[in-house]
Amino acid sequence: MLKIKNLHTAIEGTEILKGIDLEVNKGEIHAIMGPNGSGKSTLASVLAGRELFEITQGEIIYEGKNLLEMNPEERAKEGIFLGFQYPVEIPGVSMMNFLKTALNEQRKHKGMEPLKSSDFLKMVREKKELVQIDSNLTNRSVNEGFSGGEKKRNEIFQMAMLNPKLSILDETDSGLDIDALRIVANGVNSLKSEDNATIVITHYQRLLNYIIPDKVHVLYEGKIVKSGDKNLAFELENKGYEWLAKEVSTE
Amino acid sequence: MEKNKDNILHKYTQNEYKHGWVTDIESDTIPKGLNEDVIRMISKKKNEPQFLLDFRLKAYRYWKEMQMPSWAHLSIPEINYQDIVYYSAPKQKAGTKSMDDVDPELQKTFDRLGIPIDEQKRLAGVAVDAVMDSSSVKTTFKEKLAEKGIIFCSFSEAVQNHPDLIKEYMGTVVPYTDNYFAALNSAVFSDGSFCYIPKGVKTPMELSTYFRINAANTGQFERTLIVAEDDSYVSYLEGCTAPIRDNNQLHAAIVEIVAKNNAHVKYSTVQNWYPGDKNGKGGIYNFVTKRGMAQGNNSKISWTQVETGSAITWKYPSVILRGDNAVGEFYSVAVTNNHQQADTGTKMIHIGKNTKSTIVSKGISAGYSNNSYRGLVKITKNAENARNFSQCDSMLMGDKCGAHTFPYIETNNKTAIVEHEATTSKIGEDQIFYCNQRGINEEDAIGLIVNGYAKEVINKLPMEFAVEAQTLLQISLEGSVG
Amino acid sequence: MSIDAQSIDLKDRYLDYFYKNLEYLKDGLPAYINDKREKAIQTFQKKGIPHNKNEAYKYTDLNSAFEKQYKNYMHPKKIDFNLDDIFKCDVPELNTHVVLLLNGWFYENKTPRRQLPNGVIISSFREAANKYPSLIKKHYNQYADSESESLTALNTAFAQDGVFLYVPEGKVMDKPVQIINLLLDEEDGMAQHRNLFVIEESGEAKVIVCDHTLSEKNFLTNSVTEMYVGQNANLDFDRVQNEHNGSTQISNIYLHQEKDSNVLSNTITLHGGLVRNNFYMQLKGENCENQTLGLYLGDRSQHIDNYVHIDHAFPNCRSNQLFKGVLDDMATGAFSGRILVRQDAQKTEAYQANNNILLTDDAKMNSKPQLEIYADDVKCSHGGTSGQPNENALFYLRSRGIPYKEAQLLLMYAFAHEIIGQIRTPPLQDRIHELVEKRLRGELSRCNYCEIDCGDPGKN
Repeated sequence: MLKIKNLHTAIEGTEILKGIDLEVNKGEIHAIMGPNGSGKSTLASVLAGRELFEITQGEIIYEGKNLLEMNPEERAKEGIFLGFQYPVEIPGVSMMNFLKTALNEQRKHKGMEPLKSSDFLKMVREKKELVQIDSNLTNRSVNEGFSGGEKKRNEIFQMAMLNPKLSILDETDSGLDIDALRIVANGVNSLKSEDNATIVITHYQRLLNYIIPDKVHVLYEGKIVKSGDKNLAFELENKGYEWLAKEVSTE
Repeated sequence: MEKNKDNILHKYTQNEYKHGWVTDIESDTIPKGLNEDVIRMISKKKNEPQFLLDFRLKAYRYWKEMQMPSWAHLSIPEINYQDIVYYSAPKQKAGTKSMDDVDPELQKTFDRLGIPIDEQKRLAGVAVDAVMDSSSVKTTFKEKLAEKGIIFCSFSEAVQNHPDLIKEYMGTVVPYTDNYFAALNSAVFSDGSFCYIPKGVKTPMELSTYFRINAANTGQFERTLIVAEDDSYVSYLEGCTAPIRDNNQLHAAIVEIVAKNNAHVKYSTVQNWYPGDKNGKGGIYNFVTKRGMAQGNNSKISWTQVETGSAITWKYPSVILRGDNAVGEFYSVAVTNNHQQADTGTKMIHIGKNTKSTIVSKGISAGYSNNSYRGLVKITKNAENARNFSQCDSMLMGDKCGAHTFPYIETNNKTAIVEHEATTSKIGEDQIFYCNQRGINEEDAIGLIVNGYAKEVINKLPMEFAVEAQTLLQISLEGSVG
Repeated sequence: MSIDAQSIDLKDRYLDYFYKNLEYLKDGLPAYINDKREKAIQTFQKKGIPHNKNEAYKYTDLNSAFEKQYKNYMHPKKIDFNLDDIFKCDVPELNTHVVLLLNGWFYENKTPRRQLPNGVIISSFREAANKYPSLIKKHYNQYADSESESLTALNTAFAQDGVFLYVPEGKVMDKPVQIINLLLDEEDGMAQHRNLFVIEESGEAKVIVCDHTLSEKNFLTNSVTEMYVGQNANLDFDRVQNEHNGSTQISNIYLHQEKDSNVLSNTITLHGGLVRNNFYMQLKGENCENQTLGLYLGDRSQHIDNYVHIDHAFPNCRSNQLFKGVLDDMATGAFSGRILVRQDAQKTEAYQANNNILLTDDAKMNSKPQLEIYADDVKCSHGGTSGQPNENALFYLRSRGIPYKEAQLLLMYAFAHEIIGQIRTPPLQDRIHELVEKRLRGELSRCNYCEIDCGDPGKN
């Protein structure tokens, strides 16, 4: 589904990703872990098409297409979803109007008719339950005045509505209490299928108690320095990133 | 507590002016008044080439037709331009070469101001051009700088030795038609500093000019010109003081800076002209035009000023960002007290692409004073991706003073991002209480808070000046400041 | 120099006109109004028509607007049809007391005069001046500055009619008053109406003003509105400006607030040729609250200038100025805001912001957000920004599949929402939301909800 080859990116002349190779197949959950500043969020932004970053080398193939040639909305329509680490507040844009516009754009892309209002509302009701979202959340402006936890649940709610093929969840666990974490994780797990894939980006192993990854990668100073199964996450939690740093420098 | 605070404040901002004494020295002074003959006389005394006299006369004729500007938030008493002496120079032998030739009185004067012009007792790493009234007394380290091709001398000397450079650059950044005081200066300017940094040279020390007004009834009209060639760097400092006198004295200067490709000019001022007494009597009228032309690509011009003196300040150090990626900066702390008035700020004119400017202005008003920030940020039509950020904070101490902010933002390009922020505050009682609770007395607390407030700007000053600025603000250093 | 010469020439035209028609101007109005005319015209004579050398008009030169030959309306225009029939306000579910001003003259509806509950008076200014002399005399020209503002003086010299609104002590109006300013003629015309609103102690009122041009001629409006808001009284003043490109509108608002009063002024400029709104908001008692807000959307070669002066003379008052603009094509905008905090106005909280989005390289914005502060225990801040829609938000929308253009529109709409969301009359808020969205999509190029086909002056 996704193939990243030797990806290098820079921002204002500073190289951040220094050669990433990653392959994600349908039905898989990948976890990318790493200390602050290792480039995790940059990778997520680059996948979603943030123009802030310059791609200096490498390629990303998604469903056989060159992802780097697509703009952010095209990628979204092709089924890429980014759960933002810091969801943006957009005062004045109602959540419903926003979602409806997004959903219908994606349907249009697939050659489908726009959803009828009643069907749309029904869908909203269903998906809201999935993330146990407070009903009035949808009557407000996009993320405006939402608490940290509400914002994160809102991201998963949008993911449920848009039904993406590849979801990238950037630090979706940060700032969540244990109940919210469970809700978010349940949401992600129940959306999992044979046909889609998820990349979970996280700093802590905690989330991985709830979302069991097929593969764990450790990102360190812009490179994936270690890959393994879920046990790698436990090892990291016990030994800390310093252990890894030592290991990398001695290699 | 209010009362107590005012007393402390009094101590902080109303210290006796300590540079108010007079040097007893014989001067070469021309009679009062302004006319073409006076201008010819000044030019002749300075042995100037014809082009300079012509320039002066043109400026004078232009000035005669002008009216003094009235738009500033200032109340300026009428100035009788015929009641001013336009040239007064301490008598000393021409062509002073070594220390022995400088009049001991003059040397004492600058020693007392803390500006030793004797290279033996030099201020570490600072070359000084000492200017008293209408002429330069001494420029230190000239030879050492000359080794690198740097020209640093008095303006009069530059006119004699480097007329081509003067001809090429003088008036190109601030034309005599620019404004009333620029025209006046262009007609009667006496001395000042000239500084030329050749291509690729970084000045090994700070260059500085120290201006002293000494003679009574005299106006000071100096002119400074700094030219920084490609890839060069210079840090330039300016200081000024004047004796206590009952009548007002006029200071109308011009500073021009030219920065070429990749050149970086840093200009710092600690302005401490006599501000007048606590009833508003006397003091310097400081009407100055300072402007830098960041004409080269990637050039940078920074103005940093700490303004504590003068009865009236009218001054807007500006940058024209002509080159692509040029950077302009303005950092200012202006303190006014008693009956002082200040209308100061900057202009950032964005012309080149990807130009950036930053304005940080901190005003502190006390007593009966009025302190205004006035600034223009202009993004011209072709200035793609211009960025400006301005922050103008005011602090009021007492309820008889005024703090004002008059920004002008003119945006003619859609890609520009211009942000202006301003706040007005006083020292919060909760802040003082917090300090008290931690065992800091009120006096120190105010010191800490004012220092913290001004720190962003003070930190931009070179070390030698930062210390002076701190003393000026009468604020004890925090341990954290290096 | 030529500008000055021109101004003098222009000025003389108005002086001439004044003296020639003085008897007409005075006709039917009481002495206490007419007595002010000559002094006012002298002020105008002294100050002239503002041009860009006046600091307050630095970015708006009015000389070319005054240059055209306008017909002055010394008498109400005679029309042989019922205005109610041709003009319908299409704000659904907006239930208001509608009054019409036609070319500055109060238009008597054919529909019977409504009985207003609670002793509220809505009438022609002219009629009220004769009927309630002591009431009008107490307020007329007390807040407007006919001594130093030349255009206000010009209005005082020429004013003959307008709207008078009175809300007695402790009374709350049952529904908003809607004043519809219509300009309609076969020749270029100039209107100078004069409104006076008096809301007595603890009274409450909502006023909605709509400005429309119904024919394609050039119009110049120079109106003055004086508002007195008594102790503990409330006033909402919502305004929708929607005139065509050949119009010049100068609106001078003078507000006087007594202690504990609360005023919200919201001016939405959807369309216009040259618009200059002057707001002079005086907080003349403790604990006043004032919000002066505005939204302007300019395209083609429109020019919109908002000049706001908020005067804090007493302690413990709060004010907020927020003006936002979106400028397209060659449109130019100007904002000049001033917060004046006088020496005794301690504990003032005053905020001011002007945010702009420029959509083209030919659009221009000049902004002067200013503070003048003489009291030390105050919280004041101001800010100005100019830029384009927030990039993070844009990316967020696009990452959900919303195309760039649509995302940009949504954000502009959101930008405008901050102002529109403050309108406290829900049907009006909804309608303005809709109009602004249409306007931003370029679907509203003129006052398209009037039923007269005036030759699409929006295309002028």
